[in-house]
Amino acid sequence: MTRYILQRILYAIPIAFGVSVVCFSLVYLAPGDPLQTILPPDATAETIEIVKKAYGFDKPLPIQFAIWLSKVVTGDFGMSIATRRPVFDEIVMAVGNTGMLVVFAIPLAFSIGFSMGLLAGCFPGKVVDRSVTGIAVFGVSLPNYWLAIVMVIVFAVELSWLPATGMGPKGSDAFSVWRWSDARFLVLPVITLSMIPIGIIARTTRAAIAETRNQDFVQTLRAKGLGEMAVIRHVVKNALPGVLAVMGLQFGYLLGGSILVETVFTWPGSGFLLSKAIVNRDVPVLQGTILVLAVAFVTINLVVDLLQSLIDPRIRRG
Amino acid sequence: MTTPEPLAEVRDLHVRFVGRENTVHAVNGVSFTVNPGKVLCILGESGSGKSVTLRALMRLLPVQAKIEGTVRAAGRDVLALRGKALRDLRGGEVSMIFQEPMTALDPVYTIGQQIGETVRRHTGCDRAKAWARALELLELVRIPSAERRLDAYPHELSGGLRQRAMIAMALSCDPRLLLADEPTTALDATVQIQVLILLRKIQRELGMGMIFVTHDLGVAAEIADTVAVMYAGRIVESGPVGRILAAPLHPYTAGLLASTVHGQPRDRDIDAIPGSPPDMRRLPRGCAFAPRCSRRREGCLATVPPEHYPEPGRMAACIAIEKHAEDTLLVHG
Repeated sequence: MTRYILQRILYAIPIAFGVSVVCFSLVYLAPGDPLQTILPPDATAETIEIVKKAYGFDKPLPIQFAIWLSKVVTGDFGMSIATRRPVFDEIVMAVGNTGMLVVFAIPLAFSIGFSMGLLAGCFPGKVVDRSVTGIAVFGVSLPNYWLAIVMVIVFAVELSWLPATGMGPKGSDAFSVWRWSDARFLVLPVITLSMIPIGIIARTTRAAIAETRNQDFVQTLRAKGLGEMAVIRHVVKNALPGVLAVMGLQFGYLLGGSILVETVFTWPGSGFLLSKAIVNRDVPVLQGTILVLAVAFVTINLVVDLLQSLIDPRIRRG
Repeated sequence: MTTPEPLAEVRDLHVRFVGRENTVHAVNGVSFTVNPGKVLCILGESGSGKSVTLRALMRLLPVQAKIEGTVRAAGRDVLALRGKALRDLRGGEVSMIFQEPMTALDPVYTIGQQIGETVRRHTGCDRAKAWARALELLELVRIPSAERRLDAYPHELSGGLRQRAMIAMALSCDPRLLLADEPTTALDATVQIQVLILLRKIQRELGMGMIFVTHDLGVAAEIADTVAVMYAGRIVESGPVGRILAAPLHPYTAGLLASTVHGQPRDRDIDAIPGSPPDMRRLPRGCAFAPRCSRRREGCLATVPPEHYPEPGRMAACIAIEKHAEDTLLVHG
């Protein structure tokens, strides 16, 4: 088992490196010149050269990559072209803000989605199954920016129960989830963000449970005299690895922040930061954010892999 | 009758699978008894209703299955049992071994956990005791280095060892009746014999009654006391194993015997039974075997053939039997 864990961690390193290469080059492959946003339109060729040099854009790409990577490992992502603040600080703040949403959205989505799927999978074809499938399809198909706007209209504008946008009067720096006056700003974005994962996880769980319940060993469990609860425990353990894989992906997606949802709620998270960086052609921010999110994604998948192999011994043989 | 109560008694069992479009008549009036310490072999080809009959003894059938008739096992009226009483019977007094040990065991629990779970379910003992019992059981079924195998997952064992573990699990609560659904079919020929010999030995040592379902005549000859031959959801012939193999009365049994490789001259083709089994959704009115039967006569398709008892303990359901029975029994009797 220890060998398997080490093996998986070692595999993750080349993946992370590959991801960093892609992140770095993506920005250069995309059209547009980052210097255009900082330089005045009438800048002389001389000025352009100086600025290029200052940002290191004059060196060949592989060298630029090596310099960038060697700094990145130490946590130095450079300076944001737009705000002139360290990219690292920007990312920490944005990912932290999105993380706050994720911390609430993930347990909500996983528990509701999994329970719905379990219930539906245990009674395939019954009313409960059909309603769960209906709700799940609804959740997956709703455009979440539309849902976000509807939520704002209903709960903020019409009912005035919850605030519409932002993180409260003191902003991101003084935000505390332990104060209701701040935490109430979380409610609408968290619910909106949970909808799609709820639908996807419910459907995955339903399929995995229904399929597992049809396997031969379930009949053996009944023949042993086990009650329905004990049978379901076995079924869940067998169905879990597949569900975990989907949960890991959803976790990763949520961490990346939804550009649309964060824009509607003006939530200064990672999606918001990314969209700003794209608009401003803020290359260092773009590279840094994508890299941090990609590494987080790889890490989550690594954790999911290890969890799966803990549950199902057959995976360890790979 | 000398025996006070049979261990298993099935009277006029009917099982239908009711679907939206059609109804499959899987079992159509099956009756038999099994006495303590005896082995009944139910013989038949795929789709003859033998596995369904076996599962009816534990009510291990899907909800679409409509079961009618009388099923008594280990002194209980199985069809009247509800909830916990039924679960106490399953794995406690009556337990089952399945055909495919790879898929019949839970892949994500160790052998020890799966056997221990059964032990704890029925005896309520603690984990340590259940573990000790599981070890004892693995030794009973002659699994080498049993202690180590307790921690093994099913995929880490060979087919023969898996089936032995399955048998150990079925034996964990000293059942009075063991149901075996083609337990050797999925195994290699050499392993088949080992498992068969083990099963018979354990059955005799523990004095269990056993119902053994198979399509293999050789297996039946090896293990059975009595044989019931099923065709299209009915028992067409039953009786002591030696008598049936020596002098089959029903044309279907005779056909089965003729279509095995054993005892055939090398240069002769094996006599296969012509045609194929009937569609269980639309059974013919009379004898279901008549369309394939070499001794078919006029009345065969009129009504279901009545049961004939040409000698004590033997039954054959065929209208051509009386004449034929006399001839056969005169020769062999």
